[in-house]
Amino acid sequence: MVAEAASVLEIPDPWPGVKASWRRTLSVPSTSAVDSPGTRHEWHFLDNAADVAATVAATGVQPAGTLLCVHGNPTWSYLWRTLLSGATTGATATTGPWRVIAVDQLDMGFSERTGTFRRLEDRITDLGDLTNALGLTGPVVTVGHDWGGIISLGWATRHRDELAGVVLTNTAVHPAGFSLPPALKLALHPAVHGWGTTTTSAFLRVTHGLAQPPLTPDVRAAFMAPYRSVSRRAGVGNFVADIPATSSHPSWSALDEVSSGIQTLGVPALMMWGPKDPIFSDRYLRDLIHRLPQADVHRFEGASHLVQEDRDIATPTFDWLAKNLVGRGHVPAIPEATREAAYSPMLAELDARCEDTSVAIVDMAPGSASKVSNTLVNRSASWAELARDVDDLAAGLADLGVTAGKRVSLLVPPGITLTTLIYACLRLGAVILVADAGLGTQGMSRAIKGAGPDFLVGIERALAGARLYNWPGIRISSVDFPGVTGSSKRALFNVAATVPEIMAKGSVLRRSNPASAFTPAAPDDDAAVLFTSGSTGPAKGVVYTHRRLAAMRDTLKATYALKAGTGLVAGFAPFALLGPALGATSVTPDMDVTSPRTLTAAALAAAAAAIDATVVFASPAAMVNVVASEAHLTPEHRTALARVELVLSAGAPLSEPLLAEVAQLAPNAAIHTPYGMTEALPVTDISLDGIREAGVGNGVCVGKAVSGAVVAITALNPDGTPTLEPSTAPGITGEILVAAPHVKARYDRLWITQEHSAAIPGWHRSGDVGHFDDAGRLWVEGRLAHVITTPAGVRTPVAGEQAAERLPEVSRAAVVGVGPVGTAAAVVIVETVPQTKRAGLADTALAAAVRSAARTVDLEVAAVLCIPEMPTDIRHNSKIDRAKLAVWASRLLSGGRAGKP
Amino acid sequence: MESSTPAPANPGTSPLRVLVTGTSGMLGRAVAQRLQDAGHHVRSLQRRAVHDPWESVQGSVTDAGVLTRAVDGMDAVIHLAAKVSFTGPWSEFQSTNIEGTRELLAAARQEGVPDFVFVSSPSVAHFGSSIVGAPAGAADPERARGFYAQSKAAAEQLALAADSPNFRVAAIRPHVVWGPGDTQLVERVVERARAGRLPLLDGGRALIDTTYVDNAAEAIARGLTRMDHAHGQALVVTNGEPRPVGELIAGICAAAGVPAPAFSVPGWLARGAGSVLEKAWLAAGNRGWVNDEPPMTRFLAEQLSTAHWFDQRHTHDVLDWKPSVSLDDGLAKLSDHYSQHL
Repeated sequence: MVAEAASVLEIPDPWPGVKASWRRTLSVPSTSAVDSPGTRHEWHFLDNAADVAATVAATGVQPAGTLLCVHGNPTWSYLWRTLLSGATTGATATTGPWRVIAVDQLDMGFSERTGTFRRLEDRITDLGDLTNALGLTGPVVTVGHDWGGIISLGWATRHRDELAGVVLTNTAVHPAGFSLPPALKLALHPAVHGWGTTTTSAFLRVTHGLAQPPLTPDVRAAFMAPYRSVSRRAGVGNFVADIPATSSHPSWSALDEVSSGIQTLGVPALMMWGPKDPIFSDRYLRDLIHRLPQADVHRFEGASHLVQEDRDIATPTFDWLAKNLVGRGHVPAIPEATREAAYSPMLAELDARCEDTSVAIVDMAPGSASKVSNTLVNRSASWAELARDVDDLAAGLADLGVTAGKRVSLLVPPGITLTTLIYACLRLGAVILVADAGLGTQGMSRAIKGAGPDFLVGIERALAGARLYNWPGIRISSVDFPGVTGSSKRALFNVAATVPEIMAKGSVLRRSNPASAFTPAAPDDDAAVLFTSGSTGPAKGVVYTHRRLAAMRDTLKATYALKAGTGLVAGFAPFALLGPALGATSVTPDMDVTSPRTLTAAALAAAAAAIDATVVFASPAAMVNVVASEAHLTPEHRTALARVELVLSAGAPLSEPLLAEVAQLAPNAAIHTPYGMTEALPVTDISLDGIREAGVGNGVCVGKAVSGAVVAITALNPDGTPTLEPSTAPGITGEILVAAPHVKARYDRLWITQEHSAAIPGWHRSGDVGHFDDAGRLWVEGRLAHVITTPAGVRTPVAGEQAAERLPEVSRAAVVGVGPVGTAAAVVIVETVPQTKRAGLADTALAAAVRSAARTVDLEVAAVLCIPEMPTDIRHNSKIDRAKLAVWASRLLSGGRAGKP
Repeated sequence: MESSTPAPANPGTSPLRVLVTGTSGMLGRAVAQRLQDAGHHVRSLQRRAVHDPWESVQGSVTDAGVLTRAVDGMDAVIHLAAKVSFTGPWSEFQSTNIEGTRELLAAARQEGVPDFVFVSSPSVAHFGSSIVGAPAGAADPERARGFYAQSKAAAEQLALAADSPNFRVAAIRPHVVWGPGDTQLVERVVERARAGRLPLLDGGRALIDTTYVDNAAEAIARGLTRMDHAHGQALVVTNGEPRPVGELIAGICAAAGVPAPAFSVPGWLARGAGSVLEKAWLAAGNRGWVNDEPPMTRFLAEQLSTAHWFDQRHTHDVLDWKPSVSLDDGLAKLSDHYSQHL
């Protein structure tokens, strides 16, 4: 029954990355309906059985199981070569090797050309025929790509006893949702189909051309190898013709069976996705997430359809298999801070005050900054009104289909409407997505598409963006569209409803059915997705559960002794949203919230005056402008600011002189600046007095851990990688670790990133580097990715930058490394006073001054470059993109063109 | 042959008898002086009669009889003698740099000298593009740029191929050696700068690592004592302080009291012009029209417009040594030298 044919096996190592010993053929009896009984087919497949046997013989560790890999159209088993080679390496040393069988489907790759038209049902049967002939037993993990994903899942639904897990890459299973993308519609068109897929190699070449970065010529040739002639390509054309685009298609029922069958598989699942795929786009990923909610998902931002070629999928696959299928091994001690504390829901304070008619929230009217006692009408709501509106809106949203777990993107500026929306979503257990304009339009677009909202609530500008960039989600306008243009705008933006309408509907619903109550969200359900600023790569979604959001609130409350009834000015969004949860009266100052630098001293003072605020939250960029516009303050403004007891500048560090100016504006306030990150807000805190006491050192002193948080350092190896051993010993520079009840639950759809960040159980790896001083204060020295591994040892950027910035002719400095890890040369890049016009070498005097300044912090500098303006992030305009500068400096210092970073 | 009783050597090391070739140059002299100061017995091989403070054999490296006399009774040979020039006919490079090395290797092996240090150049593995923190590459006479580098590459291959347990050979490649009395780099820079004929290429931004002469001499002498680790290898030696070439040149000019280059030309232009000038000068030289060097050569343009700095970690490990004179200290010494001599 099993007969090996020698014909294709004679070519030794014919393609890059493939061992000759992997290539096997097998004659397999067919049970497919398309074949007459007794038919046999010659299969070609890649099989690392020999490698596995050798590994078992060498290590004595038994194999962990089998990966059954199924390619799509128009690729072949070559696509899976990295899994075959990775299955017996050190990555699987503890779990045992994995056998990997990557098949060439019939009529595809180097398997037989059958001369039949094989449909989905046949192909699922074919695969079962092959695994029968091979005598394959469990545990089996199916691995699929493109249309091979459906076939692999079809095999999975029919081999549940053997099945241990599923791995999917850019594929789709949803029959009802298929609206074929234009590229595929064209490929299916009768006028194009035969010509595009079979007669010419256009479909192959287009598919191979999707790789980002492009395939090397030898890899491209390997993908093309089985499809060199028209007759060899018949299967490619048939495959495309078998796409069940409508319910009348013959393969519809087979697809339907698979797509519903997978919902009961009950095995671990991993999905790795290239979001730039023009065909299997994010919408199919979202559909699969709904069908396989247990799945771990990783979206490789920037990767496309051939995600196997664009990124390393082998390492994460075997990591994931080790963690999910082979047992997690020992569980190390978890830091104290992450143990569960008492949980009080985010809505507790609002519920308790639902009868309270005192002011809960105020939006300062545009233009109100110019007066303290204003004639313009500020918008405000009492606690009772806010509680009522939240419940009305929640009831209306529920009626629209916003249920627990649904994702709602909120593209609404801070203020009463946003606050009401947030608490309504929390009430429903819906997950809020907060992507702010600080990410830039492209960054925001990537973030929204990646997080995949079911609903999108926005102001008009956001709705226009949603239309332009095709953001997903049912669209809701934050305001009504009045007047004659209203209905055309509704149609233009494809708006399902407006917030006022939904609230009105909810009010009616609640009155007609007063007994109905909302089911509180479970503490460990997802509550919110926030986004990192994207200064260190594409913005990452950060998931918070209700428990973790509540812990953030409790940490702020405890650290800053905030009492219910405190009046706070909300100039920094993430904390401002916590106002109602804190029981604090909050006011949003008059400013363009997309640009923090538009907050003036007068606007801040007017807002403070409106609610007799004692607390001010503001971003550093806003603070800079507040200090700069101080001259416009009236005596009334100054009186209002004199009542302030606490000023919190969060987001990025501010210099001591600037904080000192803030202190003069609010003479009775304690000035605090917390350190934290989107993944943990806040981590440490320091006051202005504390900064003065700490003085100058290696980095920025950010003080001590806030209430409930624990901080540790993991020292660095000479190559700049962390040792992953937490320590609180002073004087050791390393990656900063955070453990706290308010640390993120996980990264969103970034399984690999999450595993990396949680590599030390119980700790969040911040990606920042720093050290503790003898007094136990934390000093931040820069980003781990920006560490410079010189021959003299590891150097961090911030101390050198501060040293350079103390020179009068330097306004801002960045220290980067050029050259290889371990022998990098440090380069200082400076913005000068006056500003230089052209980027290039600093003159001799400045270079000498910077060098000797850097030597005071034990940094030897190879070169000093001047630049007109540093590249920074958009959100804070302060985080210098050192990685980009390093690439630029490398180019410049090896004789390349200057250009821009 | 012994001319005097050796001075006391460093504690723990026995005095060696060492032939040093190329002592008329700045680096060769520094090496010989360092060895002698350390109590070793030094012999030099000189083309012309000179008054060296050490024993000297007179004759040419291409004369087999001279070489046999020169290596006789030696514990080690340090071979620095070479034709170093940006121009000139290939035959001169071949006979001095390749054949001279071949003959000296043969003589040393024949006379039973156990150790041989071949002083080479990183240019033997520089193929025109940037070297950014790289370790020492393999010498390649086919791809090296210019006759000097090509001939040194071939000679280094000969030397390392001769390495064996009984005849240990190491190649040490100091990169751009400079210091007081240097006629190769410093004098060229200073003269051209003084004449206003020295441009910067691409604003002088290329990062280049150089070697102060004392450090190079130290590393070469160190090669002898670390022969059990170093033999069979090529080791690049530098100060480990890459700097933009414009700053280096400005530093040298400042030390010599001449104005630093004030104009810059694009690297591509200089490389192209260098190719042309080189050929023109060669042709003109053959006809006896010129006897100086062209204002720019392709090799020089490449050296001045591409980064070349090296990973020194392996060298430091093998030689168990680090440079003792920093770039800034070296420039200060150069400045002292000029202020005393001008």
